[in-house]
Amino acid sequence: MDGNLERPRIRRDDSYYALRRDIEEFFYDEAELIDNRRFEAWLDMLHEDLRYFMPMRHNVKFGLHAEREDTKEEEGISWFNEDKWTVGKRVEQILTGVHYAEEPLSRTTHMITNVQILEATPDANDATTVKTSCRFLTYLNRVEYETYFFVGKRYDTLVKEGDDWKVLHRRIILDQNVLQAKNLSTFF
Amino acid sequence: MTLPEKAVDFVNWRKGEISREIYVSEEVYRKELETLFTRAWLLVGHESQIPNPGDFFTSRMGEESVILVRDKAGEVHVFLNSCRHRGMKVCRYESGNTSLFTCPYHSWTYTTDGRIRGVPLYKALYEGNLDRDQWSLIEVARLHNYKGTIWATWDPQAPDFLTYLGDAKIHLDQALDCRDGRPGGSEVIGVHKWVFPANWKFAAENFLGDTYHNPSHRSVDMIGIGPSALEGVKGRRDNELEQAQHVWCSFPAGHGVHSAVQPEGFEFTNSFKNDPEIADYFRHCHEERKRRLGENARFLPFVGTIFPNTSYHGRQPRSLCAWHPHSANETEAWRFFLVDADAPTKIKDFLRTYYMRYSGPAGMTEQDDMENWLYATNASMGTIARRYNFNYSQSLNASQRNPVVHGIQVRGDVSLQVTEHMAVGFYRRWAQHLDMEPWDVLLGAGDERFAEDMAAE
Repeated sequence: MDGNLERPRIRRDDSYYALRRDIEEFFYDEAELIDNRRFEAWLDMLHEDLRYFMPMRHNVKFGLHAEREDTKEEEGISWFNEDKWTVGKRVEQILTGVHYAEEPLSRTTHMITNVQILEATPDANDATTVKTSCRFLTYLNRVEYETYFFVGKRYDTLVKEGDDWKVLHRRIILDQNVLQAKNLSTFF
Repeated sequence: MTLPEKAVDFVNWRKGEISREIYVSEEVYRKELETLFTRAWLLVGHESQIPNPGDFFTSRMGEESVILVRDKAGEVHVFLNSCRHRGMKVCRYESGNTSLFTCPYHSWTYTTDGRIRGVPLYKALYEGNLDRDQWSLIEVARLHNYKGTIWATWDPQAPDFLTYLGDAKIHLDQALDCRDGRPGGSEVIGVHKWVFPANWKFAAENFLGDTYHNPSHRSVDMIGIGPSALEGVKGRRDNELEQAQHVWCSFPAGHGVHSAVQPEGFEFTNSFKNDPEIADYFRHCHEERKRRLGENARFLPFVGTIFPNTSYHGRQPRSLCAWHPHSANETEAWRFFLVDADAPTKIKDFLRTYYMRYSGPAGMTEQDDMENWLYATNASMGTIARRYNFNYSQSLNASQRNPVVHGIQVRGDVSLQVTEHMAVGFYRRWAQHLDMEPWDVLLGAGDERFAEDMAAE
């Protein structure tokens, strides 16, 4: 429902690839900041009107996936459905040093791949808004033996502010039903 | 280590000591599945999840999968999710609407009231051998719809649900009733499901009213995430109970709650300050509740556990949780989030965003609980560790029966100070379940704390 299939595919020309490299760099910068626990610097990469959303995924009958597989942003309960204030609170909480679910801090590695530009407005050459899709693999290890792999898809809307991209909307599709982790204490 | 023959020997309730074995032993865990989860009343779901005929929600009782379904005639059932022929799950969807449950293995089909509808090649292969009426889906022995919440037990001898609930009823009511005091009227707006590596009793016990664990939530209290946080109010919720006398209550069937009684003449606490419209709504609910319930409106919930594995959060946030046993050291937690079904969309939106930032594995408060339960389980598994009991002596013998608090009688074995006596009461009953005591004992007969009340009845 989020991928390339439901919208016209952008022409793969030089300006597309240049834009994609630019966006990839942005995603890698995010991962670098998070994995190095520079959470406040990472917050600066998020737009003031951010929506940060991770639905739960349901087991539904064939044919009902579009309608019922994922919980919705507009209603009900999801894993995450929040604004920048709340994401900022999560950072603030870690920085208290007594958020025991992240104290001692987990070791994380965020990998981003399969980056594609779904839409570029007004066009790939002069884009100020882009819609993207990618895949993520996030490794988290904490204390001694706790290890989790979070794997899924991400659909982001980025907007340009001055020379910088900012994340305006992030839809994180974690491919699990019953969460196979005690906590979601990292960022995606 | 050799385990004692009787589970009751794990629980030294006079001294307030409990063996660590009950949180880590495979043998104890197997026994819980065989004795406790086959007899006790368990939360299965909520009628708002199955409003229409044919609606179903796949749930759990103990380790086992069950289907909560409203049949075509509108009656609610709970069935074991296992085909009578070879055991395949007849439903692997979480919820939906259907007229038939079709087993994928050999295509036996069942109607929504559990009866066999079709057996392929019945005439040629089964006629004369198979009485279809005898091979319906396995149904729970008893089921009760309490203010929309659906509870079930496998034990035909179990007492009716309200008897089982006893004096814990008015506490649970505070979570289930509308904010303006109308009875019932809640709906489930979503269910978190996650697995954490700790024994299920750590979570159940936490919600009995373990107020003492407050320091583990220090980080979230420091930053402030409550409904008034935008106005600079710290803490993880509004302090609605600032003026109240807190009460910690233990009940004969093993339930335990932490509630509070507001002083006489109390007014609406300045809360929900993030948005004046939201605050006005809850002020209105407060006034309506007072009008409907009179003096009893001063009674407010906090948290509680209905024995054995259903917990509630009564107000901020508001939810029910089933702590499903998954293995001796794993729990599958299902948190059902509640709102008033007829609340305006703006109120529901405000509440759900608060619930999400507070609760569950992504919640800023509950993450720290999971960390504690994991490593408490982990560090109790060793041979040496198991030799040493846990200490439950906090406020031992400091409770009283049925005290009057701010002019309102609070029934139960009640402490007016932070305490662990609900946990001790919980484990006394837990042990008697494992020892397969009769129901009168499981409802508190022989428990000296309640002898006077029971004689009076």
